[in-house]
Amino acid sequence: MSDNTEILPGLAEIVEEVAGVPAADVTGDKSFTDDLDIDSLSMVEIAVQAEDKFGVKIPDDELANLKTVQDAVDYIQRNK
Amino acid sequence: MSVTLNTATGRQGSKVVGLGHYRPERVVSNDELAKTIDTNDEWIRTRVGIAERHFAAPDETVEQMGAKAGEQAIADAGLRPSDIDTVMVATCTLPAQIRQASTKVASLLGIVSPGSFDINAACAGFCYGLANANSLIRSGEAGTVLLVGAEKLTDWVDPTDRANAIIFADGAGAAVITGSDTAEVGPVVWGSEIEHTETIGTTVPERKIYQEGQTVFRWATTKIPQLALDAVAKSGVQLSDIDVLVPHQANLRIVDAIARRLRAEGAREDLRVADDIVTTGNTSSASVPIALDRMRKAGTARSGDLVLAVGFGAGLTYAGQVFRCP
Ligand SMILES: CC(C)(COP(=O)(O)OP(=O)(O)OC[C@H]1O[C@@H](n2cnc3c(N)ncnc32)[C@H](O)[C@@H]1OP(=O)(O)O)[C@@H](O)C(=O)NCCC(=O)NCCS
Repeated sequence: MSDNTEILPGLAEIVEEVAGVPAADVTGDKSFTDDLDIDSLSMVEIAVQAEDKFGVKIPDDELANLKTVQDAVDYIQRNK
Repeated sequence: MSVTLNTATGRQGSKVVGLGHYRPERVVSNDELAKTIDTNDEWIRTRVGIAERHFAAPDETVEQMGAKAGEQAIADAGLRPSDIDTVMVATCTLPAQIRQASTKVASLLGIVSPGSFDINAACAGFCYGLANANSLIRSGEAGTVLLVGAEKLTDWVDPTDRANAIIFADGAGAAVITGSDTAEVGPVVWGSEIEHTETIGTTVPERKIYQEGQTVFRWATTKIPQLALDAVAKSGVQLSDIDVLVPHQANLRIVDAIARRLRAEGAREDLRVADDIVTTGNTSSASVPIALDRMRKAGTARSGDLVLAVGFGAGLTYAGQVFRCP
C-alpha cells in the first residue's frame, strides 16, 4: 500500500465488511454518518481494521474528526 | 526449633452444581426512559441492543436480590443452606464501603457462620469469583461455595445521563460450586489494563458512573475475543467443543463482535450465544449468571454443555474460563 489510490479501495472493503455498505458507494466525498449511515461504534470497528491493514494508529479522539471518506484516506496517508 | 504447618487437603477439581437468578419486578422499557431523557427506542436497540431492563424497588437491596438468586441456586443444586461453607458476593454497587454483602446474604439464607467475603472486580466479578471458588475448593480451603453476583446499578447512575441511564440495570445471579473428582471448571485467564485505570469509574463527589464508551467498545471488541481463545486453550479443549458462549452483557454489539471473531477462529456455527442484555440490560457482575441461568431455563443451555464465560469492565479488568453447565 503506498499511495492514495490504493488506500481508498482498501478502506472501502473494510467499510463494506463492517457496515454492509457496498464498496462502490464508498467514495471520497461521502460523509460516514450522513451518507453511509455508519454510526460511531461501526466507525470504531472500521478504525481497528484500518489500523491493521494500513499500519496506522487511529485514536478515538482522532476518529471524531474523520467526517468524510476523504478525511480518512488523507489521515491514513499522512500517518502511515 | 522449626515446626511445619498443615495444609488443607483439596479436591482434584470443582464443578458448578446449581444456578439461580433474580430480576426485579419493575420492567422499564426504552419508551419509558425516553419520557424523561432525550433518547429513543431505535437508538438504544441499534446502539446497545437493549429493549427493556429491570429496576429494583427503591428499598430493595443488593443483598436481598443476591439472596433470592442464591436461594434458587442452592435449591437447584439439591442442597440446603447448611451445606454451604463459603459465601462470596461479587458486587461493585453497595451503598457503603464497610458492609459485607456476603454476610448479609448468608444471614438472609440462614447459612450459619460461613467464610464470607465480597469481591469487587466490577463487571468481571463473577468470573473472578468462579476462579476463586475453584481454587479454594481445589486447595481444600473451601468445600461448597455460594457465589453471587448482585448489583443495584441504578443507585450509581445519574438518571439524566443518557449514555449510561439506558444501559445499566439491577439484578442478581448465583452459582453453587463444589468439589469434584474431575475438573469441570477450567483454569481462569485473567488480566487488567494498567493504562486504562480511569476509563470507567464513578465521579467524586457525585458518585455516578462515567465511562469513555468508545474506548471501552474498542478495547472489548479487540481484547476480549483473545481472552476467550486463551481461556479455551488453557482449559485444554478445542474452540469447536464450546457449546455456549456467555460474554458479560455490556452491549449486544460487543457480544456479536466476540461471537463473530470466535466463529472465524473455529467456533461452531451452532454455538449458542447469550443475548440476555436485550431484556435484562447491563447488570455488571450479575450478567453472566443471569444470562446462563435464563438460557438454561429457556432450553438453549443444557446440562453438560461446555460454557465459555468472559467478564470485563471497570479497572479495566477481565477474566474468563470454561466450565460445564449444571
Ligand atoms: C456507551 C455507548 C452506548 C455510547 O455510544 P456511542 O456511539 O459511543 O455514543 P456517543 O457518545 O459517541 O454518541 C453518539 C451520538 O449518539 C447520541 N447519543 C448518545 N447517547 C444517546 C442516547 N441515549 N439516545 C440517543 N442518542 C444518544 C450522541 O449525542 C451522539 O450524537 P451526535 O453524533 O449527533 O453528537 C457505547 O459507546 C458503548 O456501549 N460502549 C461500550 C461501553 C461498555 O460496554 N461498557 C462496559 C461497561 S462494563
